[in-house]
Amino acid sequence: MAGRAQPVSPRPGIGAAALVAALILGTLAAVALRAETAGGFGPADWAALRFTLTQAILSAVFSAGLAVPVARALARRRFRGRRALIALLGAPFILPVIVAILGLLQVFGRAGWISDILGYFGLPPIRIYGLHGVVLAHVFFNLPLATRLILQAWQEIPAERFRLAAQLGCNGIAMFRLIELPMLKRILPGVLAVIFAICLTSFAVALTLGGGPRATTIELAIYQAFTYDFDLGRAALLSALQLTLTAVAALAALRFSRGDGFGAGLDRALRRWDGGAPAIDAFWIIAAATFLLLPLASVVISGFAGLFEMPAIVFRAALTSVIVAAASTAILLMLALPMATAVATGRYGIVELSGILGLAASPLVIGTGLFILIRPLANPTALALPVTALVNAVMALPFALRILVPAARDVVTRNGRLALSLDMGRKTFFIRVLLPRMHPQICFAAGLGAALSMGDLGVIALFADPQIATLPLQIYRLMGAYQMQAAAGGALLLLLLSMSVFWLLDRGGRWHAEA
Amino acid sequence: MLKLDGCVIENGNFALRADVCIEPGASVAIVGPSGAGKSTLLEAIAGFRDLKQGQILWNGKRISNLHPGKRPLAMLFQDGNLFPHLTAEQNVALGLRPNGHLSEEELSQVQTALARVALRGLGNRKPSELSGGQQSRVALARVLVQRRELLLLDEPFAALGPALKAEMLDLVADLVAETGTTLLMVSHDPQDARRIADQTVLVADEVVLPPAATSQLFDNPPPSLRDYLG
Repeated sequence: MAGRAQPVSPRPGIGAAALVAALILGTLAAVALRAETAGGFGPADWAALRFTLTQAILSAVFSAGLAVPVARALARRRFRGRRALIALLGAPFILPVIVAILGLLQVFGRAGWISDILGYFGLPPIRIYGLHGVVLAHVFFNLPLATRLILQAWQEIPAERFRLAAQLGCNGIAMFRLIELPMLKRILPGVLAVIFAICLTSFAVALTLGGGPRATTIELAIYQAFTYDFDLGRAALLSALQLTLTAVAALAALRFSRGDGFGAGLDRALRRWDGGAPAIDAFWIIAAATFLLLPLASVVISGFAGLFEMPAIVFRAALTSVIVAAASTAILLMLALPMATAVATGRYGIVELSGILGLAASPLVIGTGLFILIRPLANPTALALPVTALVNAVMALPFALRILVPAARDVVTRNGRLALSLDMGRKTFFIRVLLPRMHPQICFAAGLGAALSMGDLGVIALFADPQIATLPLQIYRLMGAYQMQAAAGGALLLLLLSMSVFWLLDRGGRWHAEA
Repeated sequence: MLKLDGCVIENGNFALRADVCIEPGASVAIVGPSGAGKSTLLEAIAGFRDLKQGQILWNGKRISNLHPGKRPLAMLFQDGNLFPHLTAEQNVALGLRPNGHLSEEELSQVQTALARVALRGLGNRKPSELSGGQQSRVALARVLVQRRELLLLDEPFAALGPALKAEMLDLVADLVAETGTTLLMVSHDPQDARRIADQTVLVADEVVLPPAATSQLFDNPPPSLRDYLG
């Protein structure tokens, strides 16, 4: 009975969730039906599975392992630029993969800075292609994520605990064992599982730095089965395998990332009494910052020259990307807002589940399924851009929901009873209360969705013909044609576009924020 | 007359029983130990909590099956009585028209209500630009334009200082006297009850007791009230 009294209707959200579920599960079904017609796994498929698992495990272990000392150093030290650095750790999330790869190639590649330095000493250049290249790129993307997650857990330890430990006379190691080790034991499985799950669906990194029989992920194998052999059956079989893997990993990640906290503290400024060597902390901070900033700096520097040598096709691709990102953001909000609203009114776990499905689904699997479904009706390549916008929106949906759901829940609990007692209609509540109150979160989610779509190099590669390209795909093509100067210019343009679209939307949210 | 007819209200693992009548136009304080179910009682009357048994009647008509917004009452909560992104005027206007725009005449009603609570000229301010006392006045102005026959107060002035709280209670007393509204207010403080409530309902041991004259009740408290007052 209490269910009747909700200030806002969950129905549109349930509808949106059903659409998302239909898209993900429908494409999955299309893929599964095709997969039956294919033969069993060949040796190349097993190799792809092995490589996918190996690189994901290595990436997770290196990212999380290196993140621990970096996070510890950041938690213990206060220095100028610390906040900027921590904010920068969030940047790789919206950094277009192709931009980072170009930067990593310029630093670590055969003709890169490190190889040049090695050359002075008569050493051979390093080889970035293959397993270690893929892992390097994944660590580049996930070390910051791991650091942020661990740092957050570190900062959630109430300052009172450290004060108590110091009062009891604990020194550095004892304090680590007493307070920090239990925290790490609690947080690390979740961090490892999340990064493992992310790296399982890695496509763009494997496409550019992997390849060949010994360095092909399942996602890449799907793409190759599709584009090189046009073997839909095999693509479908691989998709089914990929889906099983990601579903298991996503479930594991969700399971591990729960856990008890340390109990609430009184939010005192964190002050530590266990000393420790500043030099060691400084080393980790500087090393991490250099590792993250060097490739980006390299792209910016080389891109400046390239900006003026870009063929017109790059600008056309940039315009395409902007349009796709705008459409994708609009779709994202049309799905995420009603869904967040439905979840906020409670007891609609099924809606939340449908949003999380996007984490388990891989874009290439959805892409393959859509291709199979569309082909009897229309030319799939003609629909490359709408499909890209749609898939990008679905992939960004889990993140948008994580941003929007707590805010929506907050608004409903805080203002719901008042609205009900005033006899405010559900639509009025949505428009006059929910949307204005959630403005900052909506803008944040929109910025994230737009930037993710802008930088995405996934399903577009599956669908596009040579006439159509988004900017990331165009950069990839330029790299493939060894037009590195133009590629660097395009990468800088893409970097600027992604960052500014995120900044503009997110800023738009904060300008109107209530005090 | 407000009649709680054989009501059982469940909240977690306790069930509150209420079988009481409140005379129209009365001002009734609801007192009792914390956790006794004072707020639960108001929430049930307002429609935010379902009855396990029984029914609630207002002037002989059943209201316990109505949506919260359709009951003949206005309620002020402990907090969150204003939408923070709307101006004082807009907040008050919601009392008249929760779903639309105001006519000229309704707008002047809003202005009159604001003037009545001594907020003339402050209609364009948002809650964050008003003091705690002024925010309470905006909420009271909205109650005025709502013109409901029953007003429920769930300690909306608890966060104010003693002097300001007394001022607000006096204002409430004036408003309900002017409009003939029946008042039910939760209170922790016997002083509040004595200040504006001629009758008091004691909630203790999972039962809502019938209203008694406030001064008599506090001058000669029953054992459960004595334990609470200390």
